[in-house]
Amino acid sequence: MSDAPAHITVRNLTLAYGEFVVQRDLDFTVDRGDVFIIMGGSGCGKSSLLKVLIGLKEPAAGDVLFNGQSFWQDPETDREAMLRKFGVLFQSGALWSSKTLAENVALPLATYTELTPPEIEEVCSLKLALVGLSGFEKYYPSEISGGMRKRAALARAIALDPEILFFDEPSAGLDPITSKRLDDLILELRDSLGATVVIVTHELASIFAVGNNSVFLDPVTKTMLATGNPQELRDRSADFEVRNFLQRGAAATISDG
Amino acid sequence: MAPTHSAAEVEINAVDPANLLVRLRGIWLLETERPSVADLLPQLDAQPGLERIAYETAGIGAWDTGLVTFLVGLERVARERGLTVDRKGLPDGARRLVELTFAVPERAGARRGEQRQGWLSRVGTSWLAGTRAVQDGIAFVGELSLSFGRLLRGKATYQRSDFFVTVQEVSVEALGIVSLVGFLVGVILSFIGAMQFEKFGAGIYTANLVGLGIVRELGPIMAGIIMAGRTGASFAAYIGTMKVNEEIDALRTLGINPIDYLVLPRALALMLMMPLVTLYANLMGLLGGTVVSVAILDVSTVLFLEQLRASISVGDVLGGLFMASVFGVLVALAGCQRGIECGTSAQAVGEAATSAVVTGIVAIVVSCSLLNFIYTVLGI
Repeated sequence: MSDAPAHITVRNLTLAYGEFVVQRDLDFTVDRGDVFIIMGGSGCGKSSLLKVLIGLKEPAAGDVLFNGQSFWQDPETDREAMLRKFGVLFQSGALWSSKTLAENVALPLATYTELTPPEIEEVCSLKLALVGLSGFEKYYPSEISGGMRKRAALARAIALDPEILFFDEPSAGLDPITSKRLDDLILELRDSLGATVVIVTHELASIFAVGNNSVFLDPVTKTMLATGNPQELRDRSADFEVRNFLQRGAAATISDG
Repeated sequence: MAPTHSAAEVEINAVDPANLLVRLRGIWLLETERPSVADLLPQLDAQPGLERIAYETAGIGAWDTGLVTFLVGLERVARERGLTVDRKGLPDGARRLVELTFAVPERAGARRGEQRQGWLSRVGTSWLAGTRAVQDGIAFVGELSLSFGRLLRGKATYQRSDFFVTVQEVSVEALGIVSLVGFLVGVILSFIGAMQFEKFGAGIYTANLVGLGIVRELGPIMAGIIMAGRTGASFAAYIGTMKVNEEIDALRTLGINPIDYLVLPRALALMLMMPLVTLYANLMGLLGGTVVSVAILDVSTVLFLEQLRASISVGDVLGGLFMASVFGVLVALAGCQRGIECGTSAQAVGEAATSAVVTGIVAIVVSCSLLNFIYTVLGI
């Protein structure tokens, strides 16, 4: 074991909307290069956890550390500077609808780099080609299909070569083939960019295809039930709920042995 | 056997003190007349030793949700009284639907309370909402000031193209309606003025009324209200829709401040263009006033224009233009703030647009009164 801090450390995190606690006592770590799955039944607070990780929602208690540096509790932290190392793919894509795909990818580049317009254009074409959308530079988000929008949003998310990529339900609303291709693309990008990937999903096929680490949030007890490799959790988790979820409700037929 | 096409009927028989048999007969459809669970309550409560309810449905005809709601209602009532319900006697489909209804117990705390509030707490709630709205407004002004500071230090991220597009939207593209409204307000003002002054043989003073009225007050107010309705609503809808699509979140996660990026260029564009639009509105208003006055009064065009020129000072014009600039900022603030605060539904976008216009107009009228007071004190 190395002494370097984990890429993401979640410490005693409590998520709440006003008085209503969604999740409490979350404690887990994500190592560099992991594909980390945040899973759980509908309404368990997966998306709220993601919002805390990407700086959109303040936690009710606890902290998130990136590379050992406090994200929420240290007043010295320049959150905007840390955010620049993240790429986020929103559930709906959240492309800026008044901009073309190329302009969408160009905005973070124009904001945070010193590149000249022709260089930016070149990078945009490259990023769009990486996600299989070359030739679509001048299209508006409303002119392309849902799957293409997701990929275009991914191109925007990787515009600044992020250290961590966050995905909110990447396969929601996609057919199985398109969603499989997106999974492959996620793994490909993880390997080529050397990024850590955090995915919120409840698609079992995706969970086992891409995840090597995970956390399971339970809506009833309002806390995490397990963390670890999803395949191991499926076969050997001590918790019935976790096994049942990962086996699509068939856990009752498998003995604990 | 009872006819299966007659009206829905229910009959309760006590088999023994602990067992009750509920007999259902006839057609149980939503659109037909059906007995209600409430009718059975007296009979249920009449048997203190009751433990179990069973069904007998041999005489039942067509049924749909009408039957299921009755069964579920009856079972709820029975459970409240601690009775067991034997669903065996029910038609197969209905039994399964009832089972499905009770399969997932209600999640604790999920049901939204509908408790009625007293008038005192309603007054309190709306007072708190009002003070919060004022606080939010002040906080937004503060954020925009910080953002303006960042702009001066060259640290604000915004797109110059956004600024120029807004400049075009609020100036060139608004000229049509500004011309129409400006001209007609001039016409109306001079018409009323001419009618009154004529009585004293002072028709020429219509020029003073039109000149001062338009340049000092009506020009800026017209331009401001047109901007509130046209541009303020459009800002709110534009930014509100971005909010619904998570586009604002996408900006935030890139570390881009939405105030810098979306609000600043719009506020600047309105602040800079409003004086120009107002100057144009003034011109149209004076033109309308001149045309009508010359037509209905016994004065020559030259005389009227000379009177007009003499009645307006440079200070009047500049005071009006400054006022217009203030209105521009207020309209942009109202529109953008409503957009940023917008909820995440189609209805919320509509409400944001409405509220942007209302807030904009209120802000214009209030600030206009304040500025006039200040002008009077300063002697401008």
